[in-house]
Amino acid sequence: MQDVILGTSVELPQAVMQSVSLNLTVNGQQREFVVEPWTTLLDLLRHEMDLTGTKKGCDHGQCGACTVLIDGRRMNSCLALAVMQDGKTVTTVEGLAAPDGTLSPIQAAFIEHDAFQCGYCTPGQLCSATALLQEGHAHTPEEIRELMSGNLCRCGAYPNIVDAITQVLAQAATPEVA
Amino acid sequence: MSASATTGLHTGQPRSRVDGHAKVTGAAKYAAEFTASGLLHGVVVSSPIAKGRITKLDITAAMAVPGVVEVFTHQNRMRTAWRNAKFQDEVAPPGAPFRALYDDKIVYSGQPIALVVAETFELARYVATLVHAEYDIEAPSTDLRAVRGSAYVPSKKRSGINPPPKPRGDAPGVLADSQIRVDAEYYQPAEYHNPMEPHASTVIWEGGGKITVHDKTQGVGNTQAYITNVFGLKKDDVHVVAPYMGGGFGSGLRPQYQLYLTVLATLQLERSVRVVLTRDQMFTFGHRPETIQTVSFSARQDGTVTAIRHEAIAETSTFEDYQEVVVNWTGLTTSCENVELDYKLVQLDRYTPADMRAPGAPTGQFAFESALDEMSYKLGIDPIELRLRNYAETDENQGLPHTSKALRDAYRLGAEKFGWAGRNPQPRSTCEGHELVGWGTATGAWDAQMQKTSASATLTPDGKLTVATASADIGTGTYTILTQLAADALGLSMEAVTTKLGDTDLPFSPLEGGSWTAASAGSAVQAACCKVRSALLGFAQEMPSSPFKDVTLDQVDFKEGRLVLRNNPGIGVAYGDIMQASGLEQIHMEESAARDPAVQKTHASYTHSAVFAEVRVDEELGTVRVTRIVNAICAGRILNPKTARSQIIGGVVFGIGMALHEEALDDSKIGRFMNHNFAEYHIPVNADIQDIEVIFVDEPDDMTSPIGVKGLGEIGICGTAAAIANAVYHATGRRVRDLPITIDKLL
Repeated sequence: MQDVILGTSVELPQAVMQSVSLNLTVNGQQREFVVEPWTTLLDLLRHEMDLTGTKKGCDHGQCGACTVLIDGRRMNSCLALAVMQDGKTVTTVEGLAAPDGTLSPIQAAFIEHDAFQCGYCTPGQLCSATALLQEGHAHTPEEIRELMSGNLCRCGAYPNIVDAITQVLAQAATPEVA
Repeated sequence: MSASATTGLHTGQPRSRVDGHAKVTGAAKYAAEFTASGLLHGVVVSSPIAKGRITKLDITAAMAVPGVVEVFTHQNRMRTAWRNAKFQDEVAPPGAPFRALYDDKIVYSGQPIALVVAETFELARYVATLVHAEYDIEAPSTDLRAVRGSAYVPSKKRSGINPPPKPRGDAPGVLADSQIRVDAEYYQPAEYHNPMEPHASTVIWEGGGKITVHDKTQGVGNTQAYITNVFGLKKDDVHVVAPYMGGGFGSGLRPQYQLYLTVLATLQLERSVRVVLTRDQMFTFGHRPETIQTVSFSARQDGTVTAIRHEAIAETSTFEDYQEVVVNWTGLTTSCENVELDYKLVQLDRYTPADMRAPGAPTGQFAFESALDEMSYKLGIDPIELRLRNYAETDENQGLPHTSKALRDAYRLGAEKFGWAGRNPQPRSTCEGHELVGWGTATGAWDAQMQKTSASATLTPDGKLTVATASADIGTGTYTILTQLAADALGLSMEAVTTKLGDTDLPFSPLEGGSWTAASAGSAVQAACCKVRSALLGFAQEMPSSPFKDVTLDQVDFKEGRLVLRNNPGIGVAYGDIMQASGLEQIHMEESAARDPAVQKTHASYTHSAVFAEVRVDEELGTVRVTRIVNAICAGRILNPKTARSQIIGGVVFGIGMALHEEALDDSKIGRFMNHNFAEYHIPVNADIQDIEVIFVDEPDDMTSPIGVKGLGEIGICGTAAAIANAVYHATGRRVRDLPITIDKLL
């Protein structure tokens, strides 16, 4: 909500913001951008690159819908200014599947376990889960629940999300016999 | 066509969502994700005061910034419809709907006072801070408890919402003479839907006065009708497309103000515009109304409930009489000869409340199911046994039999699964480590409704079928169940079927809501597919030396893309061959389905649930964990146990939020909710949710809808908060009648 200070006048703003150029590798593709410093990574992805898989749920780092992988770490892209990501590698939900379109194990497990309903928090959940699996901290459902609690789901798919991650964890722990 | 006709390979089986791939790859597009060249971005400026007048609105500084296209206010907006009726949508309550930027009057905190439209989102967001407003502030009234004395019975009934039934028997008289009574007051705060997707509209200017509207809505038809009525446009000029919705829970039933503002800006600028509300602004429209309830009821020593009084006082706005069904459930789920139910409203300086997941039901059920629990301790009768002794065989509110009611089985199956028989009835009797363990139960109920809906089915010679209706899948699984029904109706694989939703070019559907969509859209799709079946047989009969010449529909099957003789399945013909022989490029059929009006007069239809909850309460910290929920659901036929289970789990999670977390905190001095964000308005997170077990009780019902379906969207939340509150009492001996059950209420 816009808090208006009653009865005070405002000064005219600086009309033009200094644009900054930056290099990003997004989903394997290197791109150069010229952006204004107030642009978040989330808005750059959604507005400039049309990568709308990454969602805006609160714009305040409170819901996790905008979670992406920056150099392999899960981050709230709404809290990341684009200009600070120069030279970094970003993976969004659009980049989780293999180049031939084969879904990643966690994407497939989400479908199998019905780990979403409306689908809006799903990209963030998937990016978060992808990083969680790589972090190696979670071994039990309780740990998964705790370490996935930065990603809100209003449809309440949590039990199915935990089941999907548990399955992929178990698959990873059991090396396939060639 | 009877329900059994579609029993096939897919319907009734657990199937993964057909839209799953789109949702896990980011391909599913939501309202704010459609774009157009030259798209402008709008940001709403909200009022910080709750009541008064705008005395000065200065947009000079805002307009001076290069890249700003326009700042819309009540002073420069285009003219829209004059009559209130034009603003009334499909589910509007009686009254004068809110109009954004209508005049200088402020009627609630967070009211939009301006829309900044700029070339980029960042610029619009910044410039919104430059809009300068001054106000003449009046003292707002937002303290429900303080003004409850002004409660009134709404003079005009809200369409589709049953007011309380007339009193039966003599409740006050019997209560006055009763020794064994429970008299208590219950409170439920305002709650916000908070779908993960913020409300948004993207309106594409197509030229020549035509627009394409991508709106966050549970009904494209409702959005279209609102726009045509308010802006005086022709239906043909307003195409609404909303294939996905990032959660609704009722928030997308009525057109919200961002739609009005986006269309206004688009029409006035003749350019495409997108407006997305901030999370803070998601707290500036409809919400589950704050409600105070009083319950008095009496029983005999054997547990027979002898009289009930249940009254609810709920908030509404100063401009509309929002109504929902809060108290009627009490007269429905408990058999009792003396019942008096009342439902009243109090006007507050807030936005009109809105339907939120099972509107009214979990509210009323929290009160009465808590009171029943209290009585069970008074009488020393097991809470389930008490409910069984007062089991309502019929709908005593309406004096009608049920189309089906398997609630007894739900109590039994739920109790078995939960291990209820092993419960020590004594409160505070179980302690594990530093936690008190408690078990509680409650009954849930919701309407099984059906609304007239149309659908089309289009078969092409390659054996592909497309079914379509203008309904919505807001995460409910509608795409999937319609695909299952259609595949079975024509003996196809699910991959051969495409389901289309959320587009005003498709056959008419009412809003998605009230748990009626599976029954309504499902029956319509099945009916359309049946017409295709008839057509296929008809064309097959015209084929030279057709083996189908003298056969009727009940003598054939539709299997694996072929029409075959039932008693000789070796004889058959592929759909493509039938269509080729008749020179058809497609068979396109449209049909509508509605509830049998005769059944509507003679029977009542509801879903029911028996909820069992286990909580653990830290004795020193007062923290509550819900460690186990078993929810046994009676909802007629289940089309897809996988997505159905998810629906119920989702409802239960919502109920856990209602019980323990959710509360919009009002600062009545300034008439504003203080915690308008996810950091301060808590909803359940993953770590809050543990074991949830869903049981679907067998409940055959050939009357509730043509496909035997009752609907699942709401029943999962019904009774859940009550079961948790009852479990907290069992754990702690503390009866909390004031939601949410936070630490301070247990210490």
